[in-house]
Amino acid sequence: MTGMAGAVAIDISKLVKRYGSTAAVDGLDLTIQQGEVFGLLGPNGAGKTTTLKIMTTLLRPTSGTVTVLGHDVVADADAVRRLIGYVPQERAVDRLLTAREHLELFADLYHLSPAVAAPRIQEALRLVDLADRVNDPVGKFSGGMKKRVEIACGLLHDPKILFLDEPTLGLDVQSRSQVWNHIRQLKQRGMTVVINSNYLEEADQLCDRLAIIDRGRLRALGSPRELKRGLGGDIVTVSLEKAVAQPQQLRQALQAVAGVREVSVDGTSARLALARETGLSAIVEQVRQAGGELQAVHYTHPTLEEVFIHYTGHKIREEAIQ
Amino acid sequence: MNPYWQETGALTRRWFRRLLRERMTLIFGLFQPMLWLLLFGSSFKNATNPLAFGTGNYFAFMTAGVVVMTVLNSGLAGGVDLIFDRETGFLDRLLASPIARSSIIVSRFLFVSALSALQILIILGTALLLHVVPATGLAGIGAILLVGVLLGVGLTALSLGLAFKISSHSGFFSLIGFITLPLIFISSALVSVETMPVWLKAVALLNPMTWTINAVRSLILHGWLWTQLVIVIGALIAFDIGCVTLSSRILRRAVG
Repeated sequence: MTGMAGAVAIDISKLVKRYGSTAAVDGLDLTIQQGEVFGLLGPNGAGKTTTLKIMTTLLRPTSGTVTVLGHDVVADADAVRRLIGYVPQERAVDRLLTAREHLELFADLYHLSPAVAAPRIQEALRLVDLADRVNDPVGKFSGGMKKRVEIACGLLHDPKILFLDEPTLGLDVQSRSQVWNHIRQLKQRGMTVVINSNYLEEADQLCDRLAIIDRGRLRALGSPRELKRGLGGDIVTVSLEKAVAQPQQLRQALQAVAGVREVSVDGTSARLALARETGLSAIVEQVRQAGGELQAVHYTHPTLEEVFIHYTGHKIREEAIQ
Repeated sequence: MNPYWQETGALTRRWFRRLLRERMTLIFGLFQPMLWLLLFGSSFKNATNPLAFGTGNYFAFMTAGVVVMTVLNSGLAGGVDLIFDRETGFLDRLLASPIARSSIIVSRFLFVSALSALQILIILGTALLLHVVPATGLAGIGAILLVGVLLGVGLTALSLGLAFKISSHSGFFSLIGFITLPLIFISSALVSVETMPVWLKAVALLNPMTWTINAVRSLILHGWLWTQLVIVIGALIAFDIGCVTLSSRILRRAVG
């Protein structure tokens, strides 16, 4: 599996998808590597689902090209379909069928022989912890269980790339972390996973790299850590046991530390805005020399939410809608 | 196994599994045509003039009408399951798998055809209990099944096309309801067109249901009227080709 690292899984070039006069995707260039968990992050209507549907051969691009493991999604759609698994956003299950019947159906749709299908069905059910509920109609399952049935169906043919559109939308906290664990397991097996999300914590926790997409365009690309760092603006807050005698002097001393952009001292606390990542020892030393007694030091990175606002000019969601 | 039949077989099995789990749909689907025959047959037979039908047994007259009406209902409902699949996102899952797009459509044809055939046999069995014996015997029953399946395929294709053309399922059901009743009542299903006022008779004769019902009715009441039968079968094949062509154009646009 490590031999695959660095190889291209998906290549998106100058992708445009227009509906009438509006462009849902408006000139997108993106490369996704094999073996990574890649996130498309953006608000509803940003063009994420459209992009995902083009990658999974469900929509045709207006212009531009997308190749999946070297196969064009339009000209060579069937080859792409054989290589990918797809878990859509909705609860895309047939509530009248049992979990086993779902898996049997998809085993046939991916043309697995019965001899190959039987152990794979067992394994997929075990992976998503549904082995004891295989013969119950899926309609009686909770949202989280339905999602796990969908993931099992998407894994049956041993795809090289799994696409998940908003995998934890509407799930409770426990089901959500369960789905995240399944996705981490898949990454460990060397699978490439592409996730659409408008849920920042999910993107932050799961994804090796993120593309922030807004109004059909790529706004930023990088690992969650890179993106947050790239914003600069780490904040160090120093709390003191009691106010120093010469706050102005302390302020000037801290301002002189390399990498510090701005300092404000207010009674028993000092707040330092950093221009780049800076060691804490120089800051601590200055406080000591100014006669301050240290109580606590807080170092905070900007959140992904702040990254998102920085690149798109607005919040990912107006309100946190669950 | 041939991949095409593997996928088509699996999809067809799914439609049957769904039907078997939907107990109410199953019971109504199978026994409603029986009710038509028993209830409406009993109430209409005294209200109508047997001389207008060419037979003294109104049940025998009505059997053909109920057969074709039942196929009409099943065929026009043939797209419903795919509307739900589209709304739940299940259709996207199917389309993201490496199956021939046509296998989804063909699985619906197989399902509706088998269901219609079963319904026809139940209707003919019920009619038999009312002493209606088809004049053309077992071969005639085969011919009735053939006519039923040919009509069912075209209607299913039409329904699938409508299912993808109309965005909401309530819109779809309204349209189906709107076209079904006139197709049944302005046809020879329940009364002979000879008893209709002239203007209504003209409309009824334009209704393809009338011709199909008359062909089935001949097989039950009179025997082999070959010219009529061949014309109707030919027309139904043309109808099927037309509907399948039209619908596959709509579907190709809808599903890429």
